[in-house]
Amino acid sequence: MSTFQIDFGETKRIIGIDLGTTNSLGAFMDLTGPKIIPTANGGAIVPSVVSNLGAEVVAGENARALLVSHPERTVYSVKRLMGRSADDIQEELRLFPFRVVPSEGVIRLQLGEKTFTPPEISAFILREIKKNAEAYFNGEEITQAVITVPAYFNDAQRQATKDAGRIAGLEVLRLVNEPTAAALAYGLDKRQNGIVAVYDFGGGTFDISILKLHDGIFEVLATNGDTHLGGDDIDNILLAIALDDMANEWGDAKVADNHQIVQTVRRAVIAAKEKLSFVPETSIELDYKGKKYQRALTRELFEKLIAPIVDRTLGPCRAALKDAGLTPEQVDEVVLVGGSTRIPLVRQAVEALFKAKPHTELNPDEVVALGAAVQAGILSGDVTDKLLLDVTPLSLGIETMGGVVSKLIHRNSTIPASASETFTTAVDGQSNVLIHVLQGEREMVRDCRSLARFDLKGIDPLPAGLAKIEVRFLIDANGILNVTARDGRTGKEQSVEVKPSYGLTDDQVEAMIQESFEKAEDDFRERQVREARVEADRLIAAVAKSKQSDAFAQLPEAERNEIDRVYNELQVVYHSDDYAFIRSKMTELDEVTHHLAEIMVNTAVSGALKGTKI
Amino acid sequence: MTYFEAFGLEPKLVVDVDDLQQRFYRLSRELHPDRFTRRPVEEQQQALEKTSVLNDGLRTLKDPIRRAEYVLKQHGFDIGEQRTKDVPPELLEEVFELNMALEESDREQLDGFRTKFAAMLGEIDGGLQGLFAAYDASQSRDDLQKIRGVLNRRRYIENLVQKIDSSI
Repeated sequence: MSTFQIDFGETKRIIGIDLGTTNSLGAFMDLTGPKIIPTANGGAIVPSVVSNLGAEVVAGENARALLVSHPERTVYSVKRLMGRSADDIQEELRLFPFRVVPSEGVIRLQLGEKTFTPPEISAFILREIKKNAEAYFNGEEITQAVITVPAYFNDAQRQATKDAGRIAGLEVLRLVNEPTAAALAYGLDKRQNGIVAVYDFGGGTFDISILKLHDGIFEVLATNGDTHLGGDDIDNILLAIALDDMANEWGDAKVADNHQIVQTVRRAVIAAKEKLSFVPETSIELDYKGKKYQRALTRELFEKLIAPIVDRTLGPCRAALKDAGLTPEQVDEVVLVGGSTRIPLVRQAVEALFKAKPHTELNPDEVVALGAAVQAGILSGDVTDKLLLDVTPLSLGIETMGGVVSKLIHRNSTIPASASETFTTAVDGQSNVLIHVLQGEREMVRDCRSLARFDLKGIDPLPAGLAKIEVRFLIDANGILNVTARDGRTGKEQSVEVKPSYGLTDDQVEAMIQESFEKAEDDFRERQVREARVEADRLIAAVAKSKQSDAFAQLPEAERNEIDRVYNELQVVYHSDDYAFIRSKMTELDEVTHHLAEIMVNTAVSGALKGTKI
Repeated sequence: MTYFEAFGLEPKLVVDVDDLQQRFYRLSRELHPDRFTRRPVEEQQQALEKTSVLNDGLRTLKDPIRRAEYVLKQHGFDIGEQRTKDVPPELLEEVFELNMALEESDREQLDGFRTKFAAMLGEIDGGLQGLFAAYDASQSRDDLQKIRGVLNRRRYIENLVQKIDSSI
């Protein structure tokens, strides 16, 4: 994208984006600090919902409105599907109304007549934020962004997020871990030095990060989490109870199969959940086409129901502390991030563990986006006193004999991090070597996450064991793996073909970018047509009116016929999709009515001079 | 570039870890890829390379054992071999008794072994400091050879501790 602008000093605006499970937000850095980019209706939040209406795909607020009416065409919580395979998500798919099309590797969702991969869906959300930003900055084109990801996202999930950015027409300059972004937003470096724990419990993911602050350097010591633990899980508990009740009360065992009902109930349980953060008792209430359901819910019962979920966040907290070599007492400050941290039980659990009153001054929904904007400021060079040193959340290894994983880069290593390994051939004349790279903490290949297979090709045919291929594994500052290989004897760069286990190949992403450009052209054309029609409306109305005037009647018949002809033609052309054609007809009508307009103006002027009305 | 060179240090086994950490922060501020977003691609690539060396280097040099292994490797010593195979002769008896205790999962005995081995490790680490200083002064291969022997023994005991920990 920026091939022609090797810009030294030219400053393009970089925005920060929190691409959340439930909601997404954009933010930017101005002279006074990070600010949220307002949406078209002046709000802050873009719901992470996308709906395919056939003629067009809508995202954000407009799509959320369709969750209940068009459940089969509308996706939410797509973040939970990023970088995953169909096998990974069987369990939660049962709760989603949309259908997953069986396909190799990457998941495809069926929405109406089209299928979409999770990165494409996320790209619609990103495009919505890009659009909001461009409107806010008076049409300035936004092409660069920092996007946040859960700290515990693996390589495939990060890659999928980066792909989503590219598809949306955004160069993703950095993926930042959400808890780290939150720490940046809090500006906790003002205390100069100390240990901070960031507890980030969002809609679909949970992260804990332990940071050490040192004169503006935010050094992550350890991170842990669960990319499948969030407010959604709490909703699902309540949802199951309500649906069960309704099946009994309504005498309809199939109530849970009706996607519209399920989405209506989902909305009702979320409302009840949110209320219980402020009042001790509320009720789940809904009305579906005249059928009513109501159930009282106390905070006490709610807390009992969700206690196992809250407990599941504590294990990762302890593990992170252990990896950081710290005890809970050594943590100076705790920061709460994510909508689920509004729940009183969650706050109590965090306070009890860290024995510290957590920070909640910033809106937990906005703090990650604000932090992304600060990181954007660091990258643009506007912020020079801060620096983020993050870690890789999972160990990286390669498959060795007997299905055992040999670890090359350990979890919680500061990134960028690298490791080198020399490979050789096993058979005489062997010309390629396949390296299977995995992520995870377990010993065996089957218990770790397959990342990709790297095919070292074009090895000079030699007797077995003589070839020496030096492979360098580098995890970059985004937490994404890069692999390069070199022939150890000749020093020649060795070609490496990457076969991602779950993600999109580069070619697939390119094809999607291409398609989105075409889409953008379609959008452009559509807007042009709409605008042309609005102006044509005005012209047609004006000419219709002047045809009633005395001036028109005074024109020679040939001229009147000519005006009538073009006038009628414009009304036909009006319905065409060719804006240039509409415009040319408008110009023609303008021209043939030129004389008429002159007469009318003159009549008006002379009428005004006489003090009479026409 | 060696890790020592990356930090502007002499290749010595005794390292002031606080000083190392300060050097790390100072160099990170200068070299981190975040500082090169607006620079040409080659400079970005260099920043990525240099920072990864810095990060890998800090991890290696901060820890005395990894640091010693790194120096041994640099001098052509094979490390990482003979992990659990050959029992150091002076430990033969203990290993035999330990295996019995493991088999019977005798908690009391196992705890006793754990304490004993932990003390041995402490002793070894104390001794290493002297060996490190000796090598720094002599720069002789013989001293490295000695360190290598101690590290192998150390790793062997560490594995025993792990074995105990995973059984209790």
